[in-house]
Amino acid sequence: MAIAPITQVSGTAVPIPGADIDTDRIIPARFMKCVTFDGLGEYAFYDVRFDPESGEKTDHPLNDERFKGASILIAGINFGCGSSREHAPQSLTKYGFNAIIAESFAEIFYGNSTTLGLPCVSSSRENIDTLKAACSADPSLEVSIDLNAMTVTAGDLSFPVEMPASARQALLAGKYDPIKELLDNNDKIEATAASLSYVG
Amino acid sequence: MGKTLYQKVWDAHTVGTLSDGRTQLFIGTHLIHEVTSPQAFGMLRDLGLKVKYPSRTFATIDHIVPTINQDEPADPLAAAMIDAIRKNCDDFGVTYFDLKSGKQGIVHVVGPEQGITQPGSTIACGDSHTATHGAFGAIAFGIGTTQVRDVLATQTMAMESLKVRKIEVNGELRPGVYAKDVTLHIIRMLGAKGGIGYAYEYAGTTFDNFSMEERMTVCNMAIEGGARCGYVNPDETTFEFLRGRPYSPTGEDWEKAVEEWKSFATDADAEFDDIIVIDAQDIEPTVTWGISPDHGISIGESIPDPATAEPDQKAVIEEALAYMKLPAGTPIKGIPIDVAFIGSCTNGRLSDFREAAKYLKGHKVAEGVKAIAVPGSQITAIQCEKEGIDKIFEEAGFEWRAAGCSMCLAMNPDKLIGDQICASSSNRNFKGRQGSPIGRTVLMSPIMVAAAAVEGRIADARETFDVTEKPAVA
Ligand code: SF4
Repeated sequence: MAIAPITQVSGTAVPIPGADIDTDRIIPARFMKCVTFDGLGEYAFYDVRFDPESGEKTDHPLNDERFKGASILIAGINFGCGSSREHAPQSLTKYGFNAIIAESFAEIFYGNSTTLGLPCVSSSRENIDTLKAACSADPSLEVSIDLNAMTVTAGDLSFPVEMPASARQALLAGKYDPIKELLDNNDKIEATAASLSYVG
Repeated sequence: MGKTLYQKVWDAHTVGTLSDGRTQLFIGTHLIHEVTSPQAFGMLRDLGLKVKYPSRTFATIDHIVPTINQDEPADPLAAAMIDAIRKNCDDFGVTYFDLKSGKQGIVHVVGPEQGITQPGSTIACGDSHTATHGAFGAIAFGIGTTQVRDVLATQTMAMESLKVRKIEVNGELRPGVYAKDVTLHIIRMLGAKGGIGYAYEYAGTTFDNFSMEERMTVCNMAIEGGARCGYVNPDETTFEFLRGRPYSPTGEDWEKAVEEWKSFATDADAEFDDIIVIDAQDIEPTVTWGISPDHGISIGESIPDPATAEPDQKAVIEEALAYMKLPAGTPIKGIPIDVAFIGSCTNGRLSDFREAAKYLKGHKVAEGVKAIAVPGSQITAIQCEKEGIDKIFEEAGFEWRAAGCSMCLAMNPDKLIGDQICASSSNRNFKGRQGSPIGRTVLMSPIMVAAAAVEGRIADARETFDVTEKPAVA
């Protein structure tokens, strides 16, 4: 169960519009009728990528050829709010994203993403808007997130980003999937269980 | 200094600190359903792990269940999900309330109904509305599927501690104002992001006087306010609700349990990270106009106008109104509706149907409105049917359905079509939430849904019906 540390993510980035992008938007519920996460990638942002009435591709940035192959998603405030569905970050990683930069993240989404090794870093609206503008102007711009320095750099642009210390620690140490550590504490788990009258 | 219930429960369930600084938290009760568990069981199999305490996990099916001919999902994907949960529960020894058990229903209705939800416990479920169980003084978290795996395998998960905000509501609600209005009001006040990083402790005399079902309605939507969980301190109302339920302690154990449950309540001298105080009299029947649960206004108000909005709100309002196809600056009251839905884990309980039926009696659903009533569980359905509530709904022109999540989300045959607009007692008005990518949702209390159904437009239930009495208590 050894996993590699994540210290840096680089690639081209695609800015997407809108605040409060909820997990129903990231992966509409009707695509959750599945017993594995395989194949979710193609449904990421489905209802904004395809016109619900005509089924035609919309002018959403994810349909823009210029952003093809982008591996970093840039979003606004409260990204990933709503349902706790892990299908949301799963669909994003399977779509090809390796990191998300946003103004802020909803908590459950954030936790789910970290556990999958999908770093989510946040920064001020000003920084995010500047980055969005730079990527829109030059979609081939290489964006790099450094989790040691906690910075994002893209061409001449560089700004600090934030992430809760525990998540950063977990990614840097390759321990973002906590299962091994949880299992290792078996004795303590059993002691806690024994101390709780309703579990006993 | 005293402690909050949150801190006491957290401390009692702390296994230790992980290398990344998070707490390894013991989850006493794990609830699972068909949508977010199959992948977790798949991960267990891949890792060769077992369920650590099978007796502490309870399963049911709700999201994909059809509400007409419950046992016969025409959709093969839904049938595959039902097969998967049955097999997983069999293979791993987990209790499963299936369609034939007479106990199936929305997971957040079933837990309390069975007495599985208990004060002072930690509860997790792969569903964000797990916050509902906080009504009993439990700390209840919605989790992702990988965490479902963690809880199955170890009965613990990694979690960062939260701050606690006390939201005190005092006084009596006006007639026609319900728990749903309280929760929509709070979300409107504090915003959909206002609760990030917090657990909400709901307190004050309004909550003291609330029934368990009313408390559940408020805690249910803590998540829509951004909070990770919400709770009410356990009291006699809590204990009375739990007495005699299938999984409640009995005999001597009951007395002991009640004593212990009392000890978990927040101490009088506990300190909070934040305190908000609300006067119950200030709360009006509240409805949403937009695409986020904090887009709420009272029924007497007008839909916001981007032209007169704060600069940072302009774009948000424009986007919401473009989607909702609603006219800026006009009263919300009177907007025509296509569908009326009473149900969900927010408002699909006995008292919701009793209360709506009380007023619906003798009224008819307006022509052209599709109205459906969906009990939150088989037990709720049977109780309603015993009391003749189903007949009142049917006579009024509602369809009376079988238990499930139904039109709260788009995973079963109940869906909006095209840009239909739905008066809904559920909890989310996100774009596309009710099954059509362009469908529109207006959140409100069940009685306001009943009024909208009768009038064919968003209405003030206090005018549609003669609302003077206090709500029916379940
Ligand atoms: S009723 Fe709605 S919110 Fe509640 S569990 Fe079902 S889908 Fe989720």
